[in-house]
Amino acid sequence: MAHLSLDTKKIDYCRKMAEHISKPIEEMIHSHTTVAIERATLRLLGVNGAVKKSGQWYPEVNVIIDSLQKADKLADGILPYFVNAMIAKKMTATELGTAVASNQVDLFAIPMGKRAEIEKKAHELCTAGKQSILDAREYRDGIRKDTNDRFDPEGKNGPLLYVIVATGNIFDDVIQARAAAQAGADAIAVIRSTAQSLLDYVPHGATTEGFGGTYATQENFRIMREALDDESRKLGRYIRLTNYCSGLCMTEIAALGALERLDFLLNDAMYGILFRDINMKRTLIDQHFSRRIIAVSRIVIHTGEDNYLTTADAVENGHQVLASQFINERFALNAKMTQDLMGLGHAQEMDPEHPNVFLLEIARAQMTRDIFPKSPIKFMPPTRHKSGDIFYSHLMDAMFNFVGVLTGQTIQLLGMMTEAMHTPLLQDRYAAIRNARYIFNGAKDLGQEITFKPNGQIEKWAEKVLDDTIALLETVDRKGMKLAIEERAFAEVSRRETGGKGFDGVAPRSANYLNPFFEIL
Amino acid sequence: MSNDSSQAKTVDLKRLKPYGDIMGDGTIQICFTLPVEPSPEAREAAIMLCEKMGLESIKLATMEKAGEGFSMFVIYGNMKQTVDFTEIHVVKVESTKRGRDEIDEIIKTHIGRKLVVLGACTGYDAHTVGIDAIMNMKGYAGDYGLERYQWLDARNLGAQVLNEELLKLAIREKADVILVSKVVTQHNIHVRDLKDLIKRAKQLGLDKKIIFVAGGPRVTHPLALECGFDAGFGVGTKPSDVASYIIDEFLNRREEFEGIPNPLKANATDDTALIEKPVPTPKPASSPKKSISAKKTPSRASQSPTKKGQSAKKAKPAAKKAKKKAKKK
Repeated sequence: MAHLSLDTKKIDYCRKMAEHISKPIEEMIHSHTTVAIERATLRLLGVNGAVKKSGQWYPEVNVIIDSLQKADKLADGILPYFVNAMIAKKMTATELGTAVASNQVDLFAIPMGKRAEIEKKAHELCTAGKQSILDAREYRDGIRKDTNDRFDPEGKNGPLLYVIVATGNIFDDVIQARAAAQAGADAIAVIRSTAQSLLDYVPHGATTEGFGGTYATQENFRIMREALDDESRKLGRYIRLTNYCSGLCMTEIAALGALERLDFLLNDAMYGILFRDINMKRTLIDQHFSRRIIAVSRIVIHTGEDNYLTTADAVENGHQVLASQFINERFALNAKMTQDLMGLGHAQEMDPEHPNVFLLEIARAQMTRDIFPKSPIKFMPPTRHKSGDIFYSHLMDAMFNFVGVLTGQTIQLLGMMTEAMHTPLLQDRYAAIRNARYIFNGAKDLGQEITFKPNGQIEKWAEKVLDDTIALLETVDRKGMKLAIEERAFAEVSRRETGGKGFDGVAPRSANYLNPFFEIL
Repeated sequence: MSNDSSQAKTVDLKRLKPYGDIMGDGTIQICFTLPVEPSPEAREAAIMLCEKMGLESIKLATMEKAGEGFSMFVIYGNMKQTVDFTEIHVVKVESTKRGRDEIDEIIKTHIGRKLVVLGACTGYDAHTVGIDAIMNMKGYAGDYGLERYQWLDARNLGAQVLNEELLKLAIREKADVILVSKVVTQHNIHVRDLKDLIKRAKQLGLDKKIIFVAGGPRVTHPLALECGFDAGFGVGTKPSDVASYIIDEFLNRREEFEGIPNPLKANATDDTALIEKPVPTPKPASSPKKSISAKKTPSRASQSPTKKGQSAKKAKPAAKKAKKKAKKK
């Protein structure tokens, strides 16, 4: 594989700065909790039912944590009260969850037992919760082995073909996903219903209606994974499943994704802040806990830096992507994730009419590969400059595939010729997969046959982006991450520390706070 | 070299049909998927469907297995049907295209205060690409965004703004214009959201005070009108297209409601001089673009501030005709 000769001292310096930037955030993370962390905790203990509320399913964990918040006890966490009640009522977590959600038990009316006993029991429960993640992981590893999974985070086996389904109906999604797998797709992402990230609860059960996608629910995860297991065995090729671990419920989606054996989760330390206007504190605290679960489950995350290039100019803002990748990497390391689980994201979104645009795109793709050699790089297709000319769009996707295989990207989200028109039709996906297979096959070893001209346009561009990244990280470091985001350091978006959605779900931990998952995971 | 019989035929606008390589051949290409395995029967089924569409000389270019139980087809055929191009009247946004400096100058001189423009993606729509392109400083395709206009107080509210919140803010900020971008269209959610906004605006008596503009990849001007908006813009719209429309519409309305003559219309003297035919004579080779600048006639006088449903001024037949509902056929 051809590599750029980038200054490794500069790269090391970037990592040092990212670490320094994360320090004050880490302190905040470990001194706070959120409603979403408490809900995910209960889910890992086995509370996964729902109650009907004005005609819709509302999760038991929400009923319970709502009451915790109403009692003004969020700062303690749910476990002191919940475990106390489990001991007093001699119920399992699942039983108690149902009893509390149906108003049969009032957690806060039960006299508190001995703290030591509660802590011991909580520790046991959390250990068992972790074990359920490990069991699911082991089961998943078994299927991967049976189906000769050849996934290589470093991308040495060529880019993995990743496509989306988005019918809104999980059962139609299954049909589309199976067809895509049969046509050659390696990974299926079920796009979520638009704005699910802003729901402060995870919808329940199998769903057949959604807007622009299908609701992420535990049951939908299970249905799709079951279908893909079947398809993987039939095809003798492991098919991965992706969903979205962002938004107000990122911790819970991580828990459900781990239990239902998802392979990939879109998960970004800053995406919610910038692109969904979710409160900064809430996002930073939640992303940590979600990644702790992900680290144990060994799910590969995909970070969302591609979004910077769709909102800000892709030629001018390469350094924002790189700076954010360093920050995402650092937060993931802080959550005990290893580099082979960090699918750092970027995209081919430059103006197609920019002179020598492919030199710049190759530079950005190659530098991402070279700076994060152990990480499975996630490469996103052109969207911004696509319109309704499907033929031109198909050609853009071909060039995107070419850059992907040339520069050794790991996970290639295939572009759709009908981008900006509708969610993909079966034939759109088929054409996209053929396009990718043709190019990935035909140029498989090209990257190994070429070298980049020293000091040529490609290397110079990469060096420039790296220098700009240093300048940006220095600014973020000097100002602190919160102020930097307020002053539009990323994606030209400004967010304030106390603004955005979900802020009321954040509380500083009290001395009484109890959650053994922070040690166990 | 050529004699009469080999001369290329020219277009017959009375009987317009698709063009492949010979005028009037009616050639079209079709791609679709059938939920059956590829087979001779599937092939026949695809051809029969095309026959039912009214195609002749059907050529099945390919039948591909696009998954178990699915076959994808690419088919060519010739259409018999024609349309009378001369009878087509499409409702378009009526405005004169101007640049940023000129627009700023017009507002400064003739309005004397900044126009307040609020932009948002409403409902659950989280796709801000469109509204960002129009509103944000940077703009789109080299055309600066409305935030950059000195005489526009343009504020991008971003994604997932609820209709009631948007209107509340519009009242508080005394908005002159509301721009709504809709990208997600599943289950026609965009239409529902747009209609809901106007319904709420009417209840608050804002529909005449504020200029409502919709935009998005699947938004057209007629669709926007149908939803009760004043104008709609689709893909490729530049910020200055929207700004041009805003000042024309603002000044027209001021004339209609406050009797202050629209200074931009001062030079337009004779309405009857307007060309009756609203469709510009197409040049043979270049397809007429759907952008607002496609309007060739300098018919400033025809820009009556038609409000949804209200008929245009009687004295302006051309305008009235152009503003009628999209009549395709």
